[in-house]
Amino acid sequence: MLDISDLHVEVDGTEVLHDINLHIGRGETHVLMGPNGSGKSTLLKTIMGFGGYTITSGSIVFKGQDITRMSIHERAHLGIGMMFQNPPAISGLKLGKLLTAISGLKEDGVEALARSVNMEQFLNRDINVGFSGGEIKRSEVLQLKVQQPDFLMLDEPESGVDLENMNLMGREIATLLEKDVRIVNRRRSGLIITHTGYILDYVDADQGHVIIEGQIRCHGNPREILRLVKEKGYGECLRCKQIS
Amino acid sequence: MQTDIITDMEHLSEKDRERLALTGLEVEMRNRCGSFFQIDQKVIQTTCMAEGVEMLPIKAALEKYDWVGDYYWKAVPRDKDKYTRYVADQENPQGLVVIAHPGTKIEMPLQACLFLREGPVQHVHNIFIAHEDSEIHIISGCASSWQKEHGAHLGVTEIYVGKGAKVTSTMIHNWNRGIAVFPRSATIVEEGGTFLSNYVCMQPVRKINMYPTASLVGENAVARFSSIVVATPGSTLDLGSRAILGAEHTSAELVTRAITTGGTIISRGHIRGAKDNTRGHIECRGLILKDGIIHAIPEIEGTITGTELSHEAAVGKIARQEIEYLMARGLSEEVATATIIRGFLDVKINGLPPVLQAQIDAAIDKAESGF
Repeated sequence: MLDISDLHVEVDGTEVLHDINLHIGRGETHVLMGPNGSGKSTLLKTIMGFGGYTITSGSIVFKGQDITRMSIHERAHLGIGMMFQNPPAISGLKLGKLLTAISGLKEDGVEALARSVNMEQFLNRDINVGFSGGEIKRSEVLQLKVQQPDFLMLDEPESGVDLENMNLMGREIATLLEKDVRIVNRRRSGLIITHTGYILDYVDADQGHVIIEGQIRCHGNPREILRLVKEKGYGECLRCKQIS
Repeated sequence: MQTDIITDMEHLSEKDRERLALTGLEVEMRNRCGSFFQIDQKVIQTTCMAEGVEMLPIKAALEKYDWVGDYYWKAVPRDKDKYTRYVADQENPQGLVVIAHPGTKIEMPLQACLFLREGPVQHVHNIFIAHEDSEIHIISGCASSWQKEHGAHLGVTEIYVGKGAKVTSTMIHNWNRGIAVFPRSATIVEEGGTFLSNYVCMQPVRKINMYPTASLVGENAVARFSSIVVATPGSTLDLGSRAILGAEHTSAELVTRAITTGGTIISRGHIRGAKDNTRGHIECRGLILKDGIIHAIPEIEGTITGTELSHEAAVGKIARQEIEYLMARGLSEEVATATIIRGFLDVKINGLPPVLQAQIDAAIDKAESGF
């Protein structure tokens, strides 16, 4: 599904991602962990194609197509979707309007989807303006439910979400990633940034990666990595790299 | 009823009819209950089907009712400036008087159309009088012929909102690059009265200069001015609105959305809080799509401890982050930008009838295709 090879990325003239290699197969969900500022969000934004993240070498291939230089909306059309951690508030733009613009769905179709994530009261609200943490996440999930991407990137889906919302979101994300579909038939893939690992209670992940100082330091079983980080902190990851 | 429909349109070209339609003129009057149509200095038509409401050319109104004279040059001083003096000096004044008799509530708007086709100057003097507990909506559409290269429009409008009455005045402008426009308006709002003023100008013009004022003289009076304006290259829009909170428990809100695609917008606003328990807020947001000028000058003036006044103004370009957010949902850059602009201009006005909102939306849609 996604192949990243030897990727180097600069922000404002400084290299922030070094030699990233990542392969995510069809139907797989991967987890990205690492301390604050290590480059997790930068990697997601680079995959999405945001301005300000300059790829100096390497490539990103998605579904067999080189998307390294492709514009954001073309990537979205190919099937890449992203749940933002801190999406912008856009005053005047109604959530419902955006959903119809994304999907071409009629209003009643949008409303039914909104109800499924308790967002029907928000369709006529300016997007993200005055939304609480949980509301922002539900709005993001709703947009992704409309968008139906094949490859889903989630930037800290748990942050700012209470337990009740976490339950709803976790289930919705699992559905978006086709966790209810038999493994052999599963076609959708995901890449999830998590600090706490709570999302893993809802979404089984196949692989974990630790990124430190812009480099992927190790790959492995996500639960095992999470346990090690919880016990020993990311300092252990640094030492680990040094030993090898 | 044939007589209720504007019939004297044959001598207007198709292009000019389209220009007028964009200001809200409905020839077939499906959503209008009264109509006034003035071309240059000639009143083409005055019709009103609404019971309890009269629409009269100003001379006829002054002749019919002595008391209309009491409202003549009372809200706007005759000698306010050279433009008001010019209008006052006319031997043959033209314009519209609307009278809503006490208790009359009309949901469907009246239309007043002022069309500049020939001659250097069009002068108009309008008076809208809403007596106690009445309610009226007036769409004033002002336009110039597509062939009219130069000219000026001087329009005096005096509005009286009586006790418990409500007046919604929506003005939509559609001029040409060579036209200069000098509206001079003032409104007096009495106890419990509500005045909603909406202004839309999204087409090229040489210059517009206006600073309408609402004086809230009775307790619990409310005024809200909403302006949606676009300055294209060569246009200078010097616009303001002012509210004087002159009685207790009065409130006012001045909201502006301004876009420049190369022209100049000066967005003034002034609220004076002069009585206890008064509140006022000015909000101006400007979007610079191409280099031009948006100069926001909000003024709040409190003279007493019991007034609460605030303002917020922001001018800038569309945040790149917002465009990219929508692009990540699959919208192209152009569509994302237009979607954000559409939202920016989407000032939903409380209490505005759907037909008026539809008119404003249509003006925005028309302009949007040019961004």
